[in-house]
Order: sequence, then C-alpha cells, then structure tokens
Amino acid sequence: MNIKAFWRDIRFLNILAQAVFIVALVLAALYLYRNVSANLARQGLTVGYGFMKNPASFDIGESFISYDPSNTYGRALLVGVVNTLVVSALGIVLTTIVGVAAGVARLSSNWLINKFAAAYVGVIRNTPLLLQLMFWYFGVVIQLPRVKEAIELPGPIYLTQRGIYIIWAEATSTFPAWRVYIILAIISIFVIWFALRSAQNRASVPLSLWWSLAYLLIPVLIIWFGALIQPEPPLKPIVPELAGLNFRGGLRLTPEFAALLFGLVVYTGAFIAEVVRAGIQAVSRGQVEAARSLGLTNSQTLRLIVFPQALRIMIPPMTSQYLNLAKNSSLAIGIGYPDLFSVAGTTFNQTGAVIEIVVIMMLSYLSISLFTSLLMNVYNRRIQLVER
Amino acid sequence: MTAIEMKPPVLTVGPLAWVRKNLFSTWYNVALTLLAIGLLYALLKPAWLWATTEARWGVIEANLSLFMIGLYPREQVWRIWLTVFMLAGLIGFSWGVWKIAARGFALIALGAGAAFVLISLYFQWDVWTQWLVADFILLVFYFIGLRLRRGVLFATLGWLLYFPIVFLLVSGSKYIASLPPVPSNLWSGLLLTLLLTIVGNFGALPLGILLALGRRSKLPIIRYFSIGFIELIRGVPLVTILYMASVLLPYFLPIDVRPDNVARAMIGLIIFEAAYQAENVRGGLQAIDRGQYEAAQALGLSGAQTTILIILPQALRAVIPALFNSFISLFKDTSLVAIIALFDVVRISRSILAQTEWLGTHREVFLFAFIIYWAFNLAFTYGSRRMEEALGVGKR
Repeated sequence: MNIKAFWRDIRFLNILAQAVFIVALVLAALYLYRNVSANLARQGLTVGYGFMKNPASFDIGESFISYDPSNTYGRALLVGVVNTLVVSALGIVLTTIVGVAAGVARLSSNWLINKFAAAYVGVIRNTPLLLQLMFWYFGVVIQLPRVKEAIELPGPIYLTQRGIYIIWAEATSTFPAWRVYIILAIISIFVIWFALRSAQNRASVPLSLWWSLAYLLIPVLIIWFGALIQPEPPLKPIVPELAGLNFRGGLRLTPEFAALLFGLVVYTGAFIAEVVRAGIQAVSRGQVEAARSLGLTNSQTLRLIVFPQALRIMIPPMTSQYLNLAKNSSLAIGIGYPDLFSVAGTTFNQTGAVIEIVVIMMLSYLSISLFTSLLMNVYNRRIQLVER
Repeated sequence: MTAIEMKPPVLTVGPLAWVRKNLFSTWYNVALTLLAIGLLYALLKPAWLWATTEARWGVIEANLSLFMIGLYPREQVWRIWLTVFMLAGLIGFSWGVWKIAARGFALIALGAGAAFVLISLYFQWDVWTQWLVADFILLVFYFIGLRLRRGVLFATLGWLLYFPIVFLLVSGSKYIASLPPVPSNLWSGLLLTLLLTIVGNFGALPLGILLALGRRSKLPIIRYFSIGFIELIRGVPLVTILYMASVLLPYFLPIDVRPDNVARAMIGLIIFEAAYQAENVRGGLQAIDRGQYEAAQALGLSGAQTTILIILPQALRAVIPALFNSFISLFKDTSLVAIIALFDVVRISRSILAQTEWLGTHREVFLFAFIIYWAFNLAFTYGSRRMEEALGVGKR
C-alpha cells in the first residue's frame, strides 16, 4: 500500500472536498438562475431598480420624514426604513428600563413584587408577539374612549382611540441663541469627565461620590447664567388641548405606533428581565461576601462589585434581545403600522419587482442588525475584564 | 455555666411571621408591597368586572372547533382524533418504557385529558368520550410498556413512524379510498400551528447539524459558507423569510413545480429554524472535550466515524434543553404565518372576529388564543424539564 499516494494526502483531500463543494454550489446557482430567468421571462418581468424612481402613488399612514404619494418608491421605502428605525430605537431604550426593573423585581425579597414580576415574565414569554400586538391594538388601544371622554394621565397625557397625546416642547425664538450655552454645558461635562478620570487614576482610593455632583453643578451653572441673560427659555411646553373634535398641540402618537411600541417594549422587557436576573445571579456569592468583609455597604456592594460584573455577563444576551426587538418590529404589518416590511410589501404588490424588493428588505434588516451588534460589540469590548 | 436570660426569639414560623418576613421586612418593602397591592387592585378590578359582566364568552364556545381544527372537513375529524389517540398511546408506552424520563410528559397528557373530560362534561359537549378514551389508551399502553420486552426499540420506532403517519392521516391520499385527500388550504387552527411546529423543528434538525459541523469545519470555503448562511438568516426577521418563501421561492423552482402555501411556509420555517438550531448544536460541539477527538483518533476511527459515533451523540445530548427551548419558541413563531395568509390560530382568531354576530369581541378571542399558547407552552416546559432532570442533561 502506497501511503504517499496523493489521494491519501489530507491536504489534497481537503482541497478536493472544497472544490467539489464549490462546483455543487455553482451548479445549484446556475440551476436556480435558469429557473428564475425562465419564470421571469414567462411573466414578462425584468430585473432592475428603475422602478425606484417612479411615483409611488400610495399613501403612508405616518412618516417621520416628509412624504406624499407623488414621491418615488425609493422615498416610500426610505419612509419605511425610518419608521422601523424610530420604533426600534425608542423601543430599545424603553425596553431596557422595563426589563431591568422587572429583572431586579424578580430578585426582590418582597414576595408580592417577586411573584408579580414572575407572572409578567411567564405570561409574556410564553405567548406569541403577533398575538400580543393584536391584543394591544385591537383589544386595548382602539377601544380607548373617544376624544371627548379621553382618559387623562398626569403629565398631561391623554389616551384616546385616535391616538395618545403627550405634552411636548417647542423651540422658542431664543432657541438659536441658547445653542451656545447648551454646547458649552455639554463640553463642560466632557471636561469634567476627563479631569475626574485622570484624578481617579492617580488616587489610590475611589473618589467620593460627591465629585460626581460636578457633572450636574457646572452645566447647571452655565444654563443658569444663560437664563440670566436670555429673555426666554429655549423650549416651552405645549400642552395638548381639546379643540373641537380633536386635540391640538402636544405630540400625537398614532394608535398603531403606540400599540407597536408598547407591545415590543413589554415583550422584549420580559426577555431582558430574565437576562438581568441570570446576570446578577451569575455573580458568585463569594464576591458579595468578600465585599462585605471589606466593609462595603449594601449599596456599595451592588454598585461597585455586583453590577459591573453582572453587566459583563449581560451584554451579549442583551445584544441579541435588542436585535430581536429590531427584527420583531417587522410584525408591525399585523396592526397596520407602515414599517419597512409593510411598505416593501405594498411596493411589491404594485410593481411586481419581487427580487429587488426582497433584496432591499434583506439588506436593510441586515444592516440594522449588523450596526446594532457592532455598537454593542464596541461597548462589550470596553467593559470586558482586562486580564493581566 | 450560668444561665443567661434571653428574650423569647422572634416568631419565625406561622403566617404572620411569613408576612412580616416576606412583605414588610423594611420600610421600603412596606412601600413596595402597598404599591404592588394598589397596582394589582387597579388592574384586576376592572379586568374582573369586565370578564364577569361585559365579556361575551359565547364567542369561544361557538367557535371552539374553529380554533382547534379550523376549516378541516368535519366529516373527516375522526382522523384528527386518531392522531390524538395514537399520541396518547405512544406517550403512555414511552412512560412505561423510559419510566421517569417520560413521566412529566405523560402526567401532563393524562391531566390535560382528564381536564378536557371535565370541561366537556361541564359544558355538555359530546367530545368528553373521546378524551376519556385517549386517557384510557394512555394508561393501557403504559402497562403494556412496563411489561413488554425490547420496549425501547418499539417506542423509538413508534415515534419515528408517528410523524409520517400523522402527515398521511391529515393530508390523506388519492390511493387510499377511506382517506380522501384534504387540500392543505383547509389545514388550519391549532392543528396547523402544531403541524408547522413539528415539521419546522424536525425538518430543521438535520440541516442545523450539517450547518453546525460546517461552521466548525477546518475547510475555509465550507466554514465561510456556513457562517454566511447562518448569519444571514439570523440577521433578518422571520417574516421576511416567510415572505421570501411564499413570494420568491416559486421563481426559483422549475415552471411546473408549484408547492402550495403550507409547503412553502414549512420550507421557510425549516430554513429559519435550521440557522438557530445550528447555533445550538455548535454550542454542544464546543462543549466536547478535545480528549474525545483524540481518543477516537487513537482507536483508529475516521473523521466521519468520529463525528457520527463519538461527537454528535454527546453534543446533541448536551443541547437537549436548548432544542426544547427552540421548539417552544418556534411554536410561538409559527404565528407569523398568519401574515402570509395561512389560517393558524392567530389568523383563525382574526377571521372569527369578522363574524357579524361576534363583532367587537377582540379581547375575548385574543385572550383565549393566549390561553392556548400559554397552556401548551407551560405543559411542554414542565414535561421537558422533568425529562432533562431525569436524563441529567445540560448539567455537567
């Protein structure tokens, strides 16, 4: 037996296997390509992005950038992307708050709070999001009272079947002049941060918490100085008021947007609660005991020992929950919020440009996912333990 | 030693002590407890009032069979019952054979059957006999499983055969006179949801294993292909994949091949689930000690033999909990087929809401759909957890 024969050489076999794989892939691609062109030819369709410049001629329920039906399909798709981004970004911020609160509540020694959080997590995680969104939209939001009998929450926030009206702020005539002070205040925060960090590096003991007040105090002083000079504050509140059949002023959230945001936040919050709980529980007991024996107080133990370590464990699963939220926002179509998926669907129905639409859809979601995980990875690298 | 006078210890047992310890231990716990009670009251009181007075629960009773089997022809319902009976038999048999590992699932099934009997009797539905028969079959097969020799072989065979048989029973065949074909657009309700879940999971497993092996392969082209495929699928929402499967897939097939809507959704679910299961399996592969590979090599096993005989059995055993989890999440995710116009539980709920006599019963219908998903998931979680404990998987 010739052991040196080339067909027994593992390097040769590896190359052969890959070559076979590539050939198979190319053949499969060719076969699919032939099918696609045959199918397209039969339907008289051509592939190309020319349609993007044609007027869309359908209306979009809500949009954060200017849009009307005479705009192009490209613009319509952009509206969809922006709608997806807005609801995802807001959702990620809010769901973090809800999730962390629920996760901490889940670890509470208070029996009632603990069970309350457990029930929330248990019910939400075990039912489909689409069903939840439909419940919030059809079962709650559009069954809210009419505008005349709006439910008033402190703020004021008005809940009506036409949407949710929230007190909002409006720039006054002095807003441009105010920018200087605001920029100065922001710069001061960075300066303080650098100064404190280098002081911290030189000191042998942690700086006292009082130093952190500098973060607040100096920007406040700058703003106060601005207030002495300027006749008017930069923003003034606009309170929604009942005018005729509708509210005027304030910020209006459409029922679709409100239901989608609420549903996504509640759903993802339950998952984040589990991530937070697991993260905190994963910090070994010895760490807490060591902190106690060093004489740290309860809150110091939490703040300086437990939380930084839990954060390291929590970041990767948290990232995947954020990604899930962004991807799940595509369920908006179930309740009629015009996100990317729904606008793309309408565009496909009108133009029949199936391949182009799917490519746009996939690329948009992929870039949202990649961008989010990039950000979280950068953050993750910063807080990871630096070992010797 | 002189006796030291001590105060009697603070009460540490009894309901009062429990309340003090768990609800009112510190001032902020008192505040939290009061807050929680207030919140519960504010939420539960209107909910209770609504559920007992305003809600029209009649919509559930009137449409119960729609929820369960949707538009499946009513004169063919016996086929569905047959699959239920076979499942009961298999579960009972597995209980008898594998004892404690299958006991969680068996007890859940037994309890669910008994509960359905009681509910049906209470509402005077005539299906109580079927559920009673199902429970009876379960118990009979339990005893058969206890007595039979080589039960493991029969049980494995039974499970392997069960799913194809269910598929045949549900879809029917042109060639069997007593099983006329039922077109897939009539498969709907919970029946469709369960079928999609099962097909999606078991169909995705082989593909997922291949992708996981590919991702850990030393050959760069195969590795990058697997990574690219997995990350592409995981980076986009399931809806877009289902949409692709339903709209784009026909373009990639020869002109005369046109799979129906349900088959296309199944393909989409399989592709989606495969990417996620690949990551699960990869976790299992990574957990395996180098020594296992080296020992297999030392015994003279080839690469393929090592993978199939040594590595995969251990890796799959290690990821059983993760696979159970993905089963549950796919069960929930199948609800998205409602968006591509398949009549699963969610879409059936929407169509029930379109009935003129039940307009405006959104809350009742959606709450019932919630209960279906929630109860199923709870039961499945219980059964799988008992099984994991009995097998001791995912622990080492």
